[in-house]
Amino acid sequence: MSLLEIRQLSKNFFHLSALSLVSLSVEPGELLGLIGPNGSGKTTLFNCVTGVLRPSRGHVLFKGEDITKLTADGVYHRGISRTFQLIQLFPEMTVLENLLMAAQERKGTLFSRLLRRDETEEMDRALNLVEYLGLSGVKDNLAANLSYGQQKLLDFGMALMPDPQVILLDEPMAGVNPTMIKALVTHIQDLNAQGYTFVVIEHNMEVVMSLCRRIVVLSQGEKIAEGTPAEIHDNPAVMDAYFGT
Amino acid sequence: MRGWRTLGILVGAVVLLLFPLVLEQYKLYLASLTLVYLILAIGLNLTLGYAGQISLAHAGFMSFGAYAVAILVPLGVPFEGGLVVGVVIAFLWGLVLGFPALKVKHHYLAMVTLGFNIIVFLVLRNWESLTGGSFGISGIARPRWGPVRFQSDRAYYYYILGWTVLVVASAHWILHSRWGRAFRSIRENEMRAEVVGVSLRNYKLMAFAIGSAYAGVGGALFAPLLTYIDPGAFTLDRSIQFLMMVVMGGLGRFEGPFLGAVVVTLLPELLRASEGFYLIIFSLAVILMMLFMPKGLVEIWDWMVRKMTRRRHGPAHPPAPPEPAAVLEPK
Repeated sequence: MSLLEIRQLSKNFFHLSALSLVSLSVEPGELLGLIGPNGSGKTTLFNCVTGVLRPSRGHVLFKGEDITKLTADGVYHRGISRTFQLIQLFPEMTVLENLLMAAQERKGTLFSRLLRRDETEEMDRALNLVEYLGLSGVKDNLAANLSYGQQKLLDFGMALMPDPQVILLDEPMAGVNPTMIKALVTHIQDLNAQGYTFVVIEHNMEVVMSLCRRIVVLSQGEKIAEGTPAEIHDNPAVMDAYFGT
Repeated sequence: MRGWRTLGILVGAVVLLLFPLVLEQYKLYLASLTLVYLILAIGLNLTLGYAGQISLAHAGFMSFGAYAVAILVPLGVPFEGGLVVGVVIAFLWGLVLGFPALKVKHHYLAMVTLGFNIIVFLVLRNWESLTGGSFGISGIARPRWGPVRFQSDRAYYYYILGWTVLVVASAHWILHSRWGRAFRSIRENEMRAEVVGVSLRNYKLMAFAIGSAYAGVGGALFAPLLTYIDPGAFTLDRSIQFLMMVVMGGLGRFEGPFLGAVVVTLLPELLRASEGFYLIIFSLAVILMMLFMPKGLVEIWDWMVRKMTRRRHGPAHPPAPPEPAAVLEPK
């Protein structure tokens, strides 16, 4: 059974069709690439999967359970986390607080969160993550005061914090300097080897081609190709979508 | 920094305990009123400052506490019993009013809560058999514990002070839990909060209900302080006054309501000497404060704390520049 399965998903904004009948599946332990020209519906797809947007038609299944109608917090509790193309942090919280925030709702009930004060476990994890991501030096800085690249890394760390089963990365390399891209690629491969499943939206073809074993291509809201990096590279429809005729 | 805070709390405690012994009656009343307003401002700061949900119905919630006490105490219910009833009613109505907050935001939410305050006012004025209508209820007794009576203004001041300590401690306890962090996350980025698992429904309802419950406490203490209440005490004007306290003090800062309650209650009194002009001067002061201290009076507080810590530790070193984003070598 696929870990995440998207069936015939459509999303319309008024008369504009942002996604139409997109189907794809993500296998456990996979590192799937999602590419396509600007405006092809990649982020909309993520938004529909994570409950940020409600799809117009179609279904999202996670481990066989239909999660189409869940709100974003429900999707989070199932074990799906994500990052954002336009960075979304809690700007007036420190780096550590942002990370703790990303994990605090994972366990317990509403009232146990008021009563239980102990946070050593989460704090350990957060401290490990800041070290892993090279953010130790800024761990007590407000997120708003980080550099763009550091914010990107923090966003990534927040997605890892709840120990999710699937991580959706929305252009993690965009606007990031080449050395940090290398670091991020290493992190993703590293975590993938540990068993984390990833879906990555990325414009940097070099990165996608080297990182992913399978790639899905969207264009104008439709899936136009799917296959290995080599197959995608040689697919005329993909070239056509990117460069037009 | 921690040492200064402890010292500040100690000095504050001594002042709050001792100065009523030398105050004359009217000043004692003002001190008591400031404490009551502090409780109300703490409640609104939780809803608006921390969770980012505007409420212009705070005076309405306050009236639940005030009327519960005013109605129940003459029937033989102890004051604390009336207070608890008022707080429970305020909490439940806070939950109810929290539901629109799930659908609307910002100025739309302001309109919804404003409407609620007006409804509460009209009910208080027109339900004469229960509330005494526009004549209100007079002769509200102050609490007593067996032989101990908090009848004098001074004794009642200490009684209010006790509740204030309880409210401050409980608010501190809530805001320094995971709830406090969840409230802030909603204020800072609602969409992101939901994506990290924050149930907007649960937390918004709680932020509203708890803030309202504090208003109930404040209202219950308010009624015997004046010994007389009428619907006019719980109008929109009063709600706006609480909004002013919270905004001027410093939204989402624990110290904010302390500064806001003191300034909004006492500044007009200090300006009374200027007779007819005092409201104009007060309004001007508010405008200037908002222009130059948009984060509220806590900015002065922060500035003082920085000064003091700097003096103690010698000239402060500039904070180390953030490390360039570190690049990890593959393990």
